[in-house]
Amino acid sequence: MFKLIGRRLIQMVLIMLTASFILFVIFDTPEFKKRLAIQELGGFAVSALDETTYNEWLEKKGLNVPFYQRYFNWMGNTLTGDFGFSYEKNRDAGPLVWEKLANTGILALGVFGLMIPISLILGVLAGMKEASLQDRAVSFISVFFTSIPEVATAIILTVVFALGLGWFPTKSAMISGFSFHELILPVLTLVVYDFGYVARMTRASMAEVMTSQYIRTAVLKGIPYSRVILRHALRNALIAPFTVIVLQLNWLLSGVVVVEVFFEYDGFGKLLLEAALFPDIEVVQACTLVAVAVAVISQIISDVGYTFLNPRIRFG
Amino acid sequence: MAVTETEVDVRSVPLLKRLTEPKVIIGLFVAMWVPLMLYVMFGKYIGNAKDIMLLPAYPATVILYILGVRAFRESWVAVLGLTLVFFWIFMAVTAPYLPLLDPNKPIAPFTVPFTEKRDIFFWLGTDFKGRDMLSRTIWGCQRVLVWGVTATAVAYVVGTAFGLIAGYLSGWWDEIISFLGNVLLSFPVMVLFIVILNYLGPSGFNIVIAVTFASAPAIMRIVRGLALDIKTRDYVFAAQTRGESAFWIMVVELLPNVRGPIIVDACLRLGYTTVAITTLTFLGLGLQPPDPDWGLMIKESAGTAMLWKFSYMLIVPALSVSSLILGFNLLADGLREMSLRD
Repeated sequence: MFKLIGRRLIQMVLIMLTASFILFVIFDTPEFKKRLAIQELGGFAVSALDETTYNEWLEKKGLNVPFYQRYFNWMGNTLTGDFGFSYEKNRDAGPLVWEKLANTGILALGVFGLMIPISLILGVLAGMKEASLQDRAVSFISVFFTSIPEVATAIILTVVFALGLGWFPTKSAMISGFSFHELILPVLTLVVYDFGYVARMTRASMAEVMTSQYIRTAVLKGIPYSRVILRHALRNALIAPFTVIVLQLNWLLSGVVVVEVFFEYDGFGKLLLEAALFPDIEVVQACTLVAVAVAVISQIISDVGYTFLNPRIRFG
Repeated sequence: MAVTETEVDVRSVPLLKRLTEPKVIIGLFVAMWVPLMLYVMFGKYIGNAKDIMLLPAYPATVILYILGVRAFRESWVAVLGLTLVFFWIFMAVTAPYLPLLDPNKPIAPFTVPFTEKRDIFFWLGTDFKGRDMLSRTIWGCQRVLVWGVTATAVAYVVGTAFGLIAGYLSGWWDEIISFLGNVLLSFPVMVLFIVILNYLGPSGFNIVIAVTFASAPAIMRIVRGLALDIKTRDYVFAAQTRGESAFWIMVVELLPNVRGPIIVDACLRLGYTTVAITTLTFLGLGLQPPDPDWGLMIKESAGTAMLWKFSYMLIVPALSVSSLILGFNLLADGLREMSLRD
């Protein structure tokens, strides 16, 4: 198993190298440098600049250094834990990204805390009796809610709960410190979009377990049905959803962009979008590295966790 | 976007057999799609032909819908999905001939639905610039549909080609293609979209490119798996013994056999692409104003209409896009159900 984890980690480093290289190439083009200049000096100033002053500005920013040299510099700095500098926010990129990531972490905690019980309960209820009324109802509800894109969910929730009933604020910028109240709508939006998928996966897994021999044996032995479900079926049915839930971490990191922008929540997604539009190269780089790491690590956790939960699977 | 891996089994799905006359259906599809595509993508260059161009598409859509309902009638989920999708296609095709106001003409700002102003009755009101919401909603579906379907189709062509190469040729081809696929897949989708569209600039064609980059690796994986399985069949060995070229075997022997299982996946992916396009437009990276588009309507209203009284400006496009995506997803669900039953 350690071999597998090691191979995955090596692959992660390779992917990070490739990804950061591609990003560097893209952001090193003259157009992007010009856009950075426009952001910093203003459009009129840049169009009025002559060649030499522009070059001086590039030199001051350290942007005229040849591409490979900048890339290797950046790589060396990253290895020592220095993620570079944010031109837009005018502070170090590392702490900035961690801070926003922590905010998104709070959001994620809320989402998982709500989504896991809802989707597991619905999935188990549906999978218990295949093709029953509750199964069809849960399947339809899942498809229905997953079909509403996050933008639309955000809008409907905002209109109903914030504009109509006035229970929650419309924006979640949290200017005056952390507020649980403002967290509710973004969390609900993400849960509504995501629970259907996990519920369907749980349903499929539960339905499969219910057709197995040992459940039939247990039922025929005369064990009460609730005990069969709780003691025999659930244990095995929840293995597959576990991996799915862990993989939702990866989805969440890109899924939050819309929600954070819509609710003006100050998290990772909003930072990423702003940095990419600015173009704040080193912040984008740092965000991408974090995102790739989350993707690969959640994959490893889900694989390793699966082998622990299901002893029949062994890595060769 | 929540679904990263779709469950497609290797068994070939005889879904196509339900469509009794494939040639007629393909012909009708072309008659419906090509005018609509030309109309939306190259409308600027067509000039006067624009007025009559969509006329053949109109009967084709109706016939196609009737044939579809007949073919899938055993699953009400699929029929419901088909109805939702075809409702919007029908709207897209007939938009120029409906008695609608000009979607880009400001008339009376902030008119709430079902009221009359300046002798015009506004069913869905007007937006903050005074443009008719009903007309914008109906016109808006054209762009979402055309760009969504085009982007998905291109992603499928690219993904299938790479998947066949990786699966059939194996060896170094497989290593390189799979690694590149892994690199692209481990970028979060949004990072990929944002970086690509930011680099190329926001426009419809660039959305096609961005969606291809985001979706093709996943399609490649599915097709690669199918190709690895099919490669070991006797008819492929027979073709190899006949001395057919690798390209010929891929196109003639493998392609028709991977076609079935990816149909369900294609329907789901159409849904994701629609989500992606709306989301990107909302973030300001997608289709550009002033032409109507659902994502754009949401984006523009989100800044101006945050009041209960004007919330219809947000609700109408949100419900429209949801219903289209629901249509694609229900269709996929119904097709999967039917393919499992066969």
